[in-house]
Amino acid sequence: MTRRRMFFKMVMSSLIRRRSRMLVALLAVTIGATVFLGMASVYYDIPQQMGREMRAYGANMVLVPSGSEGLLALDEAAKAEASVPQGKLVGATPFRYETMYYHLQGLTVVGTNMDNVRKTSPYWQIQGDWPQREMEVMVGTDISENARLYSGSSFEMEIVQADGKREKKEFRVSGVVRSGGPEDGFVLMPLALMEKLAGNEGKASIVEMSIAGNSAELESLAEKIQHEVPAVTPRLVKRIMNSEASVLGKLQVLVYLVTAIVLFLTMIGVGTTMMTVVMERRKEIGLKKAIGAENRSIVGEFLGESLALAIVGGILGIFGGYFFSQAVSMSVFGRSVSMHVPIVLLTMVTSLAVTVLASLMPVLRATDVEPSIVLRGE
Amino acid sequence: MANILELQDVCMTFGQVKALQDINLSVREGEWVAIMGSSGSGKTTMMNIIGCMNKATSGTVILDGEKISRLNAKDLTAIRRDKIGLIFQQFFLISYLTAVENIMVAQYYHSMADEQEALEALERVGLGHRARHLPRQLSGGEQQRLCIARALINHPKIILADEPTGNLDEANQNAVMDIFHQLHKQGSTIIVVTHSPDVGSHADRIVRLEFGHMVSDGEKKA
Ligand SMILES: Nc1ncnc2c1ncn2[C@@H]1O[C@H](COP(=O)(O)OP(=O)(O)OP(=O)(O)O)[C@@H](O)[C@H]1O
Ligand SMILES: [Mg+2]
Repeated sequence: MTRRRMFFKMVMSSLIRRRSRMLVALLAVTIGATVFLGMASVYYDIPQQMGREMRAYGANMVLVPSGSEGLLALDEAAKAEASVPQGKLVGATPFRYETMYYHLQGLTVVGTNMDNVRKTSPYWQIQGDWPQREMEVMVGTDISENARLYSGSSFEMEIVQADGKREKKEFRVSGVVRSGGPEDGFVLMPLALMEKLAGNEGKASIVEMSIAGNSAELESLAEKIQHEVPAVTPRLVKRIMNSEASVLGKLQVLVYLVTAIVLFLTMIGVGTTMMTVVMERRKEIGLKKAIGAENRSIVGEFLGESLALAIVGGILGIFGGYFFSQAVSMSVFGRSVSMHVPIVLLTMVTSLAVTVLASLMPVLRATDVEPSIVLRGE
Repeated sequence: MANILELQDVCMTFGQVKALQDINLSVREGEWVAIMGSSGSGKTTMMNIIGCMNKATSGTVILDGEKISRLNAKDLTAIRRDKIGLIFQQFFLISYLTAVENIMVAQYYHSMADEQEALEALERVGLGHRARHLPRQLSGGEQQRLCIARALINHPKIILADEPTGNLDEANQNAVMDIFHQLHKQGSTIIVVTHSPDVGSHADRIVRLEFGHMVSDGEKKA
């Protein structure tokens, strides 16, 4: 039998036949690896997830008409959208603002793509529903209070058409929106309905775009659009990108901290278990030395056991961590995460390093045992 | 025949306790020596020195031509591995390894684990049928025979046994003595520490210790 096979036999027999002893250490390694992989996965996905979330809460580039014109052509906006590199455009939503009159009082009415807004504004609180049928609109909460318009109410607004003609139309409130922003003072309707009522088809006041990329990329993209599509002027929305970065930074520090603490606790768990194991096995160590084992053989066997522990715990932790990060990501971001190979490898390496490091001191103490204890029969 | 073991003016002190004082002893190759004496007289201390597990406080120990009193811990380990077979009163076995694996561990530290040879060694001490059992599944006598098989597996120059029959009943004691007689016939050197005059009577020669001194050293009449 080769030396290596005998070594494996000793290490595995010790682990398997003494498993109740090693269970605590295995548990510590598994939990450590679970948290590590979970944290690393969330950490890895945070920039992407957060970026998407934050962009969803607001555009980071807005197209406005060049010159003094009040409206921009959606055709021109489409050209600008086309010059965004493949896959970087998260979304583009046109907004058209018109004034309509309710009992002689002017209201700002926004015509937009309701489906897009619904996707990009998941934090809006809606009482009632989004407009679905013909002549349905949503009103902001401020208008709702002032005019006593609620979900289901009907009301009339006077529309001033492009040629100056005035016309009264009856609308139905599908829902009341509370966004905490300017929408609370607006009436919202589908862009198509606005075009039908006020004319000027295929135009918008602004187009809000969400684009993936850092501020440098966005700036150069803005220059490119300015150059290629003179009819529109791109403006960057700086505020949101900055807050995105600072929230990200704080979250990442938190992840670092939690991971460091958990790894430290894992080390303590493994270290104390190995210390107990070495104390319990003093006679065995003495015996091995008495029959001629060298110190490095004894160190090797204990390290072999802790390596095996690290591998098993690491593998268990990788699966555990995958489900853990899946659960976190689902509940926090509503998205699933995928297994990233580099993270799996990193988890394995970390669990090996932490386990071996934690075992080192107890294992080196094993070599202090005197072989003469076997005759003394302590 | 040449001396395989020589102790010259060996002393061993533990703090205030003088466990051994001025011990002079020569053992020839192939001799069977019994060391006897009351409890605390220094027998185990002497075995630990001969067995290269402790170093004497002073004096010279020569084992198989080598001055072991001058060697460092690493070299002592090599001597234990290559020249000494140890048998103890408490049958120290590795609890998570089977009988045959316990023997293979000794082979492994010495040179090469060889299952076939280990099984044959078990067969010789009458444990062939117990090869795959764990130590806790063996009786005391069986455990001691397993220890003996392990001590002999690397063909040691000298066999050291400290109270090998201390925990055994008469039948098992006789079985162990039979094995020792066989080894003796094959030319092994055996040093046995014992309280039992019965066990001592099997030896060629009895050395008596009292309070760390050697008080008698006599060839036994045949
Ligand atoms: N490690 C030690 N530290 C201190 N004193 C020791 C140590 N080992 C042995 N002694 C002392 O040395 C003396 C001899 O002990 P030793 O174990 O050699 O006796 P022994 O003849 O084997 O006795 P027994 O028959 O009871 O086994 C005793 O007084 C003992 O207390
Ligand atoms: Mg003793």
